[in-house]
Amino acid sequence: MSGHSGSAEAPIVKIRGLHFAHGSRVIFDGIDIDIPRGRVTAIMGPSGTGKTTLLKLIGGQLRPDAGSIEVDGIDVHRLSRRDLFRLRMRMGMLFQSGALLTDIDVFENVAYPLREHTDLPESMIRVLVLMKLEAVGLRGAHDLMPAELSGGMARRVALARAIALDPMMVMYDEPFTGQDPISMGVLAKLIRRLNDAVQITSILVSHDVEETSAIADLVYVISGGKVVERGTPDQLSISTSDQVRQFMRGLPDGPMRFHYEAPPLVEDLLGSGRKP
Amino acid sequence: MLDALARFGRHGMAALERFGRAHLLFLQIVAGITSLLPRPGLLVTQTYSVGVRTIVIVTVSGLFVGMVLSLQGYYVLSQFAAEDSLGVMVAASLVRELGPVVTALLFAGRAGSALTAEIGLMKATEQLSGLEMMAVDPVRRILTPRFFAGLISMPVLAVLFSAIGALGGYFVGVGLLGVDDGAFWSQMQAKIDWNEDVINGVIKSLVFGLVCTWIALFQGYDSVPTSEGVSRATTRTVVHSALAVLVLDFVLTAMMFGE
Repeated sequence: MSGHSGSAEAPIVKIRGLHFAHGSRVIFDGIDIDIPRGRVTAIMGPSGTGKTTLLKLIGGQLRPDAGSIEVDGIDVHRLSRRDLFRLRMRMGMLFQSGALLTDIDVFENVAYPLREHTDLPESMIRVLVLMKLEAVGLRGAHDLMPAELSGGMARRVALARAIALDPMMVMYDEPFTGQDPISMGVLAKLIRRLNDAVQITSILVSHDVEETSAIADLVYVISGGKVVERGTPDQLSISTSDQVRQFMRGLPDGPMRFHYEAPPLVEDLLGSGRKP
Repeated sequence: MLDALARFGRHGMAALERFGRAHLLFLQIVAGITSLLPRPGLLVTQTYSVGVRTIVIVTVSGLFVGMVLSLQGYYVLSQFAAEDSLGVMVAASLVRELGPVVTALLFAGRAGSALTAEIGLMKATEQLSGLEMMAVDPVRRILTPRFFAGLISMPVLAVLFSAIGALGGYFVGVGLLGVDDGAFWSQMQAKIDWNEDVINGVIKSLVFGLVCTWIALFQGYDSVPTSEGVSRATTRTVVHSALAVLVLDFVLTAMMFGE
């Protein structure tokens, strides 16, 4: 299971006929996605379309109801727990919250996967951690605790941790949400730079159209459990699809409804007086 | 009527499912000992957090429980001119019952609730998911060291509680009420049996340690990852642990001391 089993052209992630539901709510209704190697691929769509769920399915944290997900030629959901963990060592994931361990400092957070999975001497771990922190511009913050970091800094530390084991791909879960414009710009540039510098594959889940379009090579737009459109950011910007136009331009009216499914307002207001 | 029956059935099934999940988690936690053995540092850290940090509340409580026992015991025993047996009464009550039981209740309130809140918040802030995605098993890495730390700490804390309680009883009985110093200690030494009393008390506290830590870890790990969910889980830890300790105490006492 070591090394890349596919050719350079074969997609690193291949999703076929994916069905997934939370209880009675269908999240994915048979989607096909190919994530090319060494590129930044964005999965975009309105909130609640299951973008984070998709990352969890790719990482094997959730199991699909039907369909398959292959990562580097390996069917993720047919793996034993041990093999799944081996595969995860070649994946990095940046959580929306950063998910840093709060009882250890920045240095130890970045060193964590190295200590867990390698027998490297302490001097080597120190060098590697400082290099990863330098890459995200936070070498000087190595002795801070996670509670002392701003949201943007926490995500950069989490990014340093995600690339600590030099993974073949990194999944970013809403990296720009809640960030100030400077942090957003810094993170976007970092993602692009990391991708280009070490030919890592980046899967970016986001609903920030502008920032994501600026760094993505390929964009998938998901809505209503289906892939609505696939293409480069330029192709999407001139898409004729009503759903894509509504999403890319942030229009309130269109096929993607702003209101959650509900009976007519008048019916509710003139109803029995009970909570709907 | 049918709706109520269906609701009852759903609750029953949900409870049964939780019960099953708790047992599966228990097996996973215990199996994790293989990864704990090469890294004893994890156990030491958690024993400090779970056990050492509970010492103050156990010590203070033990002292006052011993003092109250001595005070109450003296008034009863003095009616039969048996004040010299005060040491035995205090020590037997502490070693057989109050030491293990009160320590377990204090443990559930201090360390158990802290464990649940910690694990629940780690879940809510995606730290456990983060570990999973770093190919680190959160059960083995986070839960197993805490479980064995609880298992080790409880008997030690219970012994400490009993020892400090005996001293508290001594201060009140001998120091304040004038019971004979020699009689207090010698009767205690003569009548408290090592196997019957001390070892049985330690066995009780081991069982309580296992159950309280298991409940605390399961509640945290199984909690709904929201502030309300973690709060409910923490409350459940204290309530379930207290009930489990009291019921198990009766069962164990019947088994150990029943005719």
